[in-house]
Amino acid sequence: MTVMAAHAGLLTCELCGLLNRGPAAAPAPSSCARCGSALHARKPDSFIRTWALLAAAYALYIPANVLPVLETQSLVEQTTDTILGGAIRLWSQGAWPLSVVIVVASFAVPLAKMFILTWLLVSARLDAPGALQRTRLYRVTDFIGRWSMVDIYVGGLLIGLVQFYPFADVSVGPAAPAFAAVVVLTMLASRAFDPRLLWDAAVPGRRRFDHG
Amino acid sequence: MADAPDNSERRGPPPEQPGPVPQGDVPEAVADARRSRWAPLIWVIPVIALGVAAWLALQGVLNIGTAIEITFNSGEGLEAGRTRIKYRDIDIGIVKAIELTDGPNILVKAEINSKAKHLVVEDTRFWVVRPRITGGQALGLGTILTGSHIAMDPGKSGPSRRSFTGLEQPPAITTDAPGRLFTLRAANLGSVDVGSPVYFRRVRVGKTVSTELDKEGKGVVIQVFVNAPYDRFVTAGTRFWDVSGVAIALDSGGFRVETESLTAIVIGGIAFETPPQTRVTAPAAPDTAFTLFSNRDSAMKEIYTIKDSYILYFTHSVRGLSVGAPVNFLGVEIGEVTSIDLDFNREQGSVRPAVGIVIYPERLSARMRERGPTDEPGRRVEALQRWVDRGLRAQLSTGNLLTGQAYVALNFFPKEPRVKINAGQTPPEIPTVPGGFEELQNTVTNVAKNLEKVPFAEVAADFRKAATELEATLKEMSALSAQIRTDIAPEVRATLGDARATLEKAQILLAEDAPLQGDLQTTLREVRRAAQAVRGLADSLERHPESLLRGRKDDTQ
Repeated sequence: MTVMAAHAGLLTCELCGLLNRGPAAAPAPSSCARCGSALHARKPDSFIRTWALLAAAYALYIPANVLPVLETQSLVEQTTDTILGGAIRLWSQGAWPLSVVIVVASFAVPLAKMFILTWLLVSARLDAPGALQRTRLYRVTDFIGRWSMVDIYVGGLLIGLVQFYPFADVSVGPAAPAFAAVVVLTMLASRAFDPRLLWDAAVPGRRRFDHG
Repeated sequence: MADAPDNSERRGPPPEQPGPVPQGDVPEAVADARRSRWAPLIWVIPVIALGVAAWLALQGVLNIGTAIEITFNSGEGLEAGRTRIKYRDIDIGIVKAIELTDGPNILVKAEINSKAKHLVVEDTRFWVVRPRITGGQALGLGTILTGSHIAMDPGKSGPSRRSFTGLEQPPAITTDAPGRLFTLRAANLGSVDVGSPVYFRRVRVGKTVSTELDKEGKGVVIQVFVNAPYDRFVTAGTRFWDVSGVAIALDSGGFRVETESLTAIVIGGIAFETPPQTRVTAPAAPDTAFTLFSNRDSAMKEIYTIKDSYILYFTHSVRGLSVGAPVNFLGVEIGEVTSIDLDFNREQGSVRPAVGIVIYPERLSARMRERGPTDEPGRRVEALQRWVDRGLRAQLSTGNLLTGQAYVALNFFPKEPRVKINAGQTPPEIPTVPGGFEELQNTVTNVAKNLEKVPFAEVAADFRKAATELEATLKEMSALSAQIRTDIAPEVRATLGDARATLEKAQILLAEDAPLQGDLQTTLREVRRAAQAVRGLADSLERHPESLLRGRKDDTQ
């Protein structure tokens, strides 16, 4: 039988590492007996925080993809590209490896990440089986999340390099900050999510720790 | 796994120890009720995110442009997806597609930004901006690099419109250009053209907007646009004139070349100025009609509203005089010649030149200018009679000896006989006198006539006679001189020989080695010695005056 610290009424101080016995009238706010830091059995307000950040990410994901992310101006033309539009243009111009990278890193990954987090949150509530797979999924999500910023970096580099007005000028569109916000929000959401919640469901006679 | 033992030591109780956690080693967590719970505050983030997303969406919806259609004759330089529509050089739309129509035109489908939507109304105009050189200006040069764009001139009418016919030429003035439009009437167009500049004191202040024949075909109506703020210099009294090309004038004032600017020479131009005497200073109403004069002089001359006509009858040729030649009064230009005709007097059977002149009394003096309406015929003749009594006469003078251009001069000739002005004649006549050059010509003629009276034949006969006498006299003189040569000359020669002999004798006497000379020198030496002795005596006496009495002593004492 597996025992989780929280279920045994034990709290580890996240700062000094001291193992504390939880207060009798649990769940109640408590602090470390040695260093006085706040003690939490799970990340505090994990569900609420993750849900909120995820909702914000969803809200900004739409303008990030609908609005132009890059405005390129040259002597002869001025083009505005959305993320997908730019990928399609690159594909049609033969730069399909770059196109694939952009689609994957800037479109698919953030979307997948948001869907996975949503699934994790829902499944943690529903006590669905397969906690091990979901934990792996979480690990992957947490790892790849930062790579979504590739697009923003490319945009930033282009803006910095291509400033030969009036011959060529590159500037970001309104989608760029929205997209950056999506990436940051999904990263924060995945940080706010406590994977231990996935396992709480697997423990019989469990207590809910998600709010303390 | 070298550090595995260390880890186990640090962890304290080995992990393989099963069973419940020893409670004694684990301190009780301190209950902490202070921490408030602001967890729901996290929902601010998605609310903000939603707000941002909603705002971006709203912007997107608001920025959806208006689709319009413009037909052009040619699609030169237009490109779907690239050609911009600009207003005041600001992008307000983009060409979305270019299509062929059934007719000879092309159809440009474009989208106007939402912010410029309200500018697309019934009388909005569109045209394609391409590089052009017109009116002395190079326009649209930027489009060489950036490609053509479609320019828009927003209309002022209310209802919006979606289908337009594009202009092939840019409009001369845009609706919102500050300034005013003036209409000029001219006999002919000259070299003024649409786009020709308008100058005020040689400053380019506007341009010609349109040129067209009037309805009767008897003149040209030119519309000029004067930019603000210069339009306020156009008053009701302003004169416009044509400054196209080079005006070369050869008149009694000499040779003059007038040009406005190089641009005006090439493409024509119009200048305006308000004569300083004009009292109307309020800006003219828009669309006021003005006359376009052919040059500055005629434009500025017209300022005299009062014109007195007179007629002059000359008794001699008026060659060199032309219509428009000045009329000077005591050297001041006060009028001009308006007509030159021949007056045939049937009764006397004589023909004489009749020169009509106008005089601008306003030029006479400030005081006269203020005398008010002058055209009371009786008074005018009366005044003229007074002037004529004082000797006023008209005279033809040559202003330019090189070209023979003449002008009419009014001067006072007090010695002229009194003349009575015919009061009934209109216009009144000013009596004339032969003038300057004419008079000189007459004088020369008189001299010639007098010369003709000289009896040259008699004079020649007398002269011949005198010459004969002179010849006789010369002959006598010749005889006289021969006589001198034959009779008197030998005598003279003999006398001269005697004289020379006498002189030789004298020379001998006076020669250095002559006896007389020697004696003389000896005598002179004796005299010098005697003189020395006398000086010695005198010295001695001066030093020892007593020696006269006592006798000379020895020098040793």
